[in-house]
Amino acid sequence: MTNFPVAKIRADFPILAQKIRNKPLVYLDNAATCQKPNVVIDSISHLYRHDYANVHRGVHTLSVRSTDQFEAARIKVKEFINAASDKEIIFVKGTTEAINLVAQTFGRANIKAGDEIVVSRMEHHSNIVPWQMLCQQTGAVLRVAPINHKGELIYDEFEKLLNDKTRLVSIVHMSNALGTVNPVRKIIAVAHSKGIPVLLDGAQAIPHMPVDVQELDCDFYAFSGHKLYGPSGIGVLYGKQALLEAMPPYQGGGDMIRKVTFEETEYNVLPYKFEAGTPSIADVVGLGAAIDYLNEIGMDAVAAYEAELLAYATEQARQIKGLRIIGEAGHKGAILSFVLDKIHPHDIGTMLDSLGIAVRAGHHCAMPVMDFFEVPATARASFAMYNTKEEIDVLMQGVKSLIEVFG
Amino acid sequence: MFDDLRDLYQEVIFDHNRNPRNFRVMENADRQVEGFNPLCGDRLTLFLKMDGDVIADASFQGSGCAISTASVSLMTEIIKGKTEQEAEELFKQFHEMTTGKDEQASLAAVGKLAVLAGVREYPARVKCATLAWHTLDAALKNERKSISTE
Repeated sequence: MTNFPVAKIRADFPILAQKIRNKPLVYLDNAATCQKPNVVIDSISHLYRHDYANVHRGVHTLSVRSTDQFEAARIKVKEFINAASDKEIIFVKGTTEAINLVAQTFGRANIKAGDEIVVSRMEHHSNIVPWQMLCQQTGAVLRVAPINHKGELIYDEFEKLLNDKTRLVSIVHMSNALGTVNPVRKIIAVAHSKGIPVLLDGAQAIPHMPVDVQELDCDFYAFSGHKLYGPSGIGVLYGKQALLEAMPPYQGGGDMIRKVTFEETEYNVLPYKFEAGTPSIADVVGLGAAIDYLNEIGMDAVAAYEAELLAYATEQARQIKGLRIIGEAGHKGAILSFVLDKIHPHDIGTMLDSLGIAVRAGHHCAMPVMDFFEVPATARASFAMYNTKEEIDVLMQGVKSLIEVFG
Repeated sequence: MFDDLRDLYQEVIFDHNRNPRNFRVMENADRQVEGFNPLCGDRLTLFLKMDGDVIADASFQGSGCAISTASVSLMTEIIKGKTEQEAEELFKQFHEMTTGKDEQASLAAVGKLAVLAGVREYPARVKCATLAWHTLDAALKNERKSISTE
């Protein structure tokens, strides 16, 4: 392994140093949510203890302090994904809300009966259902690009779906169920050549690789704070300024207005136009702390270390008889989804839990993916920068043991 | 290695998981209901042949975890020959055993179904054990639509 400072990083995550069922915790459910370092926990606690008040409201000192920290976090997000302007960073609850926001504002304004929206077969339900709802509201049609048995997008088939009725491509950057990383630069380039904007669901990609929205040239990028070692309940919608300016607001309320009378309301400027109501202030500040923490480590280093973890886990898993990896794309993030002959994933999950190992067993909110691979569910070990090779050994030994027990 | 799990995964459960009883499609069933647990994707179809209000035959098809497979397999064995009312009473006792307050009284009442009592300690797995019984309940009430644990 490289010189990645994993021991030092682990020491920053207090939850990891505990026993579950008398065994050291091996937390491998990071694709569902990541654990939080001290700096994130402390930043939230510090805000509530010393600096908390509502933002963008008062002239009093605490409101100014809260507002400063809140807006400083917006700049941190902007720099983290290299957006052109902090006006392009909209705080939302999470990836799900970000996608719903685009569907209900950009979508309602630009997508009409007979128009088409293109997604892929490997989408999370949160990048399927908002578009189905929009289709029901407008009479638009959802088109689904197929995948192959390695869990890769069939690019040629995807490209064929793009036509003069296509109004949006909304596609996952990295699949939560398979680990597949999609060729998003190519996808965006071909869509743009036909004048079609692209939304990337970045919920899984953001904690595993550097993301530069200007370099990608995506039109929207959605992600959640809780998968980025930040708090739950906070997420980000990035949108190109010109698109956001042209979109109608999302929710109505305080903070998103400039002037209200009963005859007429004038909306606020970006990004506040899309941030009605008191936001999740402490969670935004916590997200900013998570980004500072990741910047110190460096996303390139994180990506390189996790690639080693995944390669090691994949090599070990392939040696286990009766284990089938679901998702073997050429370009993958640190997710190992698998099934075992005649042993249901739910039993795998319970048995591994008894050894202190947390994996996810289920359909991973991607039922169409399960249908494609003809499995009811999979067991999924998903890695983060604080996981170790030794933990992968514990996982593999656990899997071998439970195969013996089931016999 | 899995000592902590001995109460949950008893040998009887492994046995029924490996060799489920009454695992077949029933031709000319009087009742047929599909049960679904969206949490884990377990799916089963329960078939009943009725003789008046007596369950003359019971069988099932589907795929699920060891707990849900053993539960439905055991259930099809135990309900054969029971009246609808007796089967409903057993469902109540089974429910009490897996989720209720009076575990001891229900243990005595459910007979060999007691091997599934271990799920009490695993809240995430209770629905695996009760899916079969909720499906039976729907079948006895003659609800032909699919039922779901959620």
